[in-house]
Amino acid sequence: MAPEQAVLAALAVPLVGAALIALAGRAPNLRETVTMATALALLGTVLTLLPGVLAGGRPGVALFELMPGLEIALRVEPLGMLFALVASGLWIVNSLYSIGYMRGNKEEKQTRFFICFALALSATMGIAFSANLFTLFLFYEVLTLVTYPLVTHHGTEKARQGGRVYLGLLLGTSTVFLLPALIFIWFLAGTTDFTPGGILAGRLGHHELAALLALTVYGIGKAALMPFHRWLPAAMVAPTPVSALLHAVAVVKAGVFSVVKVIVYIFGVDNLASAGLSGAADWLVTVAGFTIIAASVVALNADNLKRRLAYSTVSQLAYVVMAAALLAPLSLVGAVLHIAAHAFSKITLFFAAGAIYTAAHKTEVSQLDGIGRRMPWTMVAFTIGALSLIGIPPFAGVISKWYILAGALSAQNLLAAAVILTSTLLNAAYFLPIVHRAFFRPLSAAAESHPHGEAPRSMVVAMLVTATATTAMFFFPDTFLQLAQAVASGRGP
Amino acid sequence: MSVATHLPALQVVLPLLAAPLTVLLRRPGLAFLVAVAASWCALAIALALAFQVHGSGVISYPIGNWPPPIGIEYRVDALSSAMLVLVAGIASVVLPFARGSIEREIPAPQHYLFYTMFLLCMTGLLGISITGDAFNIFVFLEISSLSTYVLIALGRDRRALVAAYQYLIMGTIGATFIVIAIGLLYLMTGTLNLADMGRRIAAVNGTRPVLAALAFLTVGVSLKLALFPLHQWLPNAYAYAPTAVSAFIAATATKVAVYVLLRFYFGVFGEAQVFGRLPMEQMMLALALAGMFVASTIAVFQTDLKRLFAYSSVGQIGYIVLGLSFDSATGLTASIVHLFNHGVTKGAIFMLLGIVVASIGGATLTRVHGLGRLMPWTSAGIVLAGLSLIGVPGTAGFVTKWYLVLAALEQGQWWLVFLIVASSLVSLMYVWRFVEVAYFREPRKDIVPAAVPRSMAVPTAVLLVAVVLFGLDTTFTVDPAIRAAEMLLGGAR
Repeated sequence: MAPEQAVLAALAVPLVGAALIALAGRAPNLRETVTMATALALLGTVLTLLPGVLAGGRPGVALFELMPGLEIALRVEPLGMLFALVASGLWIVNSLYSIGYMRGNKEEKQTRFFICFALALSATMGIAFSANLFTLFLFYEVLTLVTYPLVTHHGTEKARQGGRVYLGLLLGTSTVFLLPALIFIWFLAGTTDFTPGGILAGRLGHHELAALLALTVYGIGKAALMPFHRWLPAAMVAPTPVSALLHAVAVVKAGVFSVVKVIVYIFGVDNLASAGLSGAADWLVTVAGFTIIAASVVALNADNLKRRLAYSTVSQLAYVVMAAALLAPLSLVGAVLHIAAHAFSKITLFFAAGAIYTAAHKTEVSQLDGIGRRMPWTMVAFTIGALSLIGIPPFAGVISKWYILAGALSAQNLLAAAVILTSTLLNAAYFLPIVHRAFFRPLSAAAESHPHGEAPRSMVVAMLVTATATTAMFFFPDTFLQLAQAVASGRGP
Repeated sequence: MSVATHLPALQVVLPLLAAPLTVLLRRPGLAFLVAVAASWCALAIALALAFQVHGSGVISYPIGNWPPPIGIEYRVDALSSAMLVLVAGIASVVLPFARGSIEREIPAPQHYLFYTMFLLCMTGLLGISITGDAFNIFVFLEISSLSTYVLIALGRDRRALVAAYQYLIMGTIGATFIVIAIGLLYLMTGTLNLADMGRRIAAVNGTRPVLAALAFLTVGVSLKLALFPLHQWLPNAYAYAPTAVSAFIAATATKVAVYVLLRFYFGVFGEAQVFGRLPMEQMMLALALAGMFVASTIAVFQTDLKRLFAYSSVGQIGYIVLGLSFDSATGLTASIVHLFNHGVTKGAIFMLLGIVVASIGGATLTRVHGLGRLMPWTSAGIVLAGLSLIGVPGTAGFVTKWYLVLAALEQGQWWLVFLIVASSLVSLMYVWRFVEVAYFREPRKDIVPAAVPRSMAVPTAVLLVAVVLFGLDTTFTVDPAIRAAEMLLGGAR
């Protein structure tokens, strides 16, 4: 398959998969086979692109032209490659997990669930491979819309409320902030193509540039920068596999991915950092730093496990934004790596939360006393994810944190360095008590009378795979590191 | 002389002759065939004319070989040919649909009269678009208006009579104002030919009768195009008319009224007189914004979907007038392109509602509970067209929004940029009223959807495809709009 065809295939495979899932809706086993086959085919397609991209190839296709300089076009570059790789790879594991979860909890409307999931992956691939900001915006909106049925899957009043917040904030920010920013960028530059070095150099003064950056970054609501983060906790009403793949990987990473992409390829790192404009991104470091700390504090006080994980995600996403806003080459590498590292770690944590819900029907942290004895594999996986996010070797999180911290120091930004250190303590403070409860406290009386073991096997397997991946990324970070360095060194599209 | 040279006359004469033919035939089936054949021929002629205009410039056709300005001139340029294609195109899609729709909404003995009136209405709208004579515009306006009153009164709900009466009163006032304006212009210039009038008016620019004519024309046409706050007739008319009628007039009638406004403003009075001498820009801007926000907000609180989308039309007309108020090429392009985009979108929505009415007997929010499950394709269609009203990228509505925002940016009016994008959030609210009822409520037990003939589904699907196509490929919408805008501002007529 030629690389150009593979790019299109990456979008088409999940679409075809969605159609086949719809056709196979009556036969659950066949339907799930289709899901797995589609996920495998997608990863295969994405992998065929990898060697070429690592070698410096940038395959692309143009689809429609709306007006001069504004076209729907796809092109693969290192950052998008990494994002596509992470999302498509984890979709396989997540599908395995979903099958166990949906059946274990006897969820309704499973066909719709799997269809929307496949559509969401297609939109994610579109975001990853966008050749310009307009195309990215298009798929960004599509992703919001196709994930809405997943968030409101249960159809209850609570789900409806959550869906309103989700849709209102995501569509609201993208329409009111990102769209004007996009049109303004096109108005200034006559193009929205992602270009190494950016396309805005010399076109705006300091204040205008800072304002446009604010408009763009807040327009990307999926990055969950405070104060537009509330959609993420609201989205936790969704079934756990949705929270795991979409609200720890695809959707939120689409947000921070877009932020990094915009800073590197639209605004241009050198442009933002150049002498005349120094500090156009300084405010962003502060806002992201605040988000990291504030979200961690909220997580500390959340008793609901998924809520705690959601706020932890808000905090971790802000790491990526802050790292990108530091504009140092090292911190950029860290930002890109953190997209992958957080994905592996957080999906493991969500998988564990879902497994606990499925097997023990528990949702609150305070109910988890002694559960490690009943569900040892689950809690081992949880521990690995937690340690990785705190930044303890030998797990993935330490690598990206290391680079971000090094970047902060090289940029002589002590505030950022202090934020990273403080948040590490906070991470430990909200994750370790869970581990402690699970393994070192006795089972509560109520739990004694309610015997249960591990969750269904497919869920446990999925969890162990992602936990292994979290560990493996520490030992074999080469591919990710190569891609990240290609982004940071400006060898972009 | 070959037939090709007489195409401008045939464009109007053909449907005009087909109308009495349907009365003579009387049999509904035959009348239907005649009407469909006439509309398809009209579309073919409109397309042929569009090609000619694109290839070799403006076509002037003297009726009865009396040379203008003595005789009546038919004149086809970029703008009028676009209107011809829109009117004939929508008619060609709505008429095949109408058969199944009116069978369920209009008593059988009146069927053939429906086709007669429909053809007359179409004749009137085509005539307004093609004629180059001011009084002729008034005559065709009356033909289309009178037939529209009858069409609305055909609605099975008795309130249709009141709605038709209301429209008759308002429409007659509007027509009177327009004829007064034309009289004043004739008085001052001594000609009825628009192009001639545009030349001769230079001598009497700024005189009181000319300004009075401008005022009368503006108010009169604003009544016909339902500019806020002169829109009172519209919601009832759209809500109680037979759905096929709603679809046709929502997509064309108000659009043709906008055309009349553009024609007189730029072709006769001249841009300098309209916008230079009077605070027209500010007035239109204020009314457009009021329409966009007030009417859309009223739409949110409607319980009948037909009324809801009727109020949405008033809001969308606000966008068209807003583009006009910029008095720039980009703003005019936005207005003209929205004539298409909104025409197609609203046509599709009312046709979808027609399918709903035909199937479950009504389109109030309380009846469409669980419509997503009862009629998945129709519901998905309504959501898709709704997304175009909101202006989600990938749909026709987005293209309009793009040009509107661009027009505001060109003038550096950032506050307007934000108002434009914020207004789409109001649209989001009314579209989501439908989504929440259709997808979150259980279907009512007492409602069993009846099968709907394919003759209704296929034309609707055609329009829905157009909604998406015009959002991705703008060759057929934006390019003619840009040509028309340049022509209007170039003062050529």
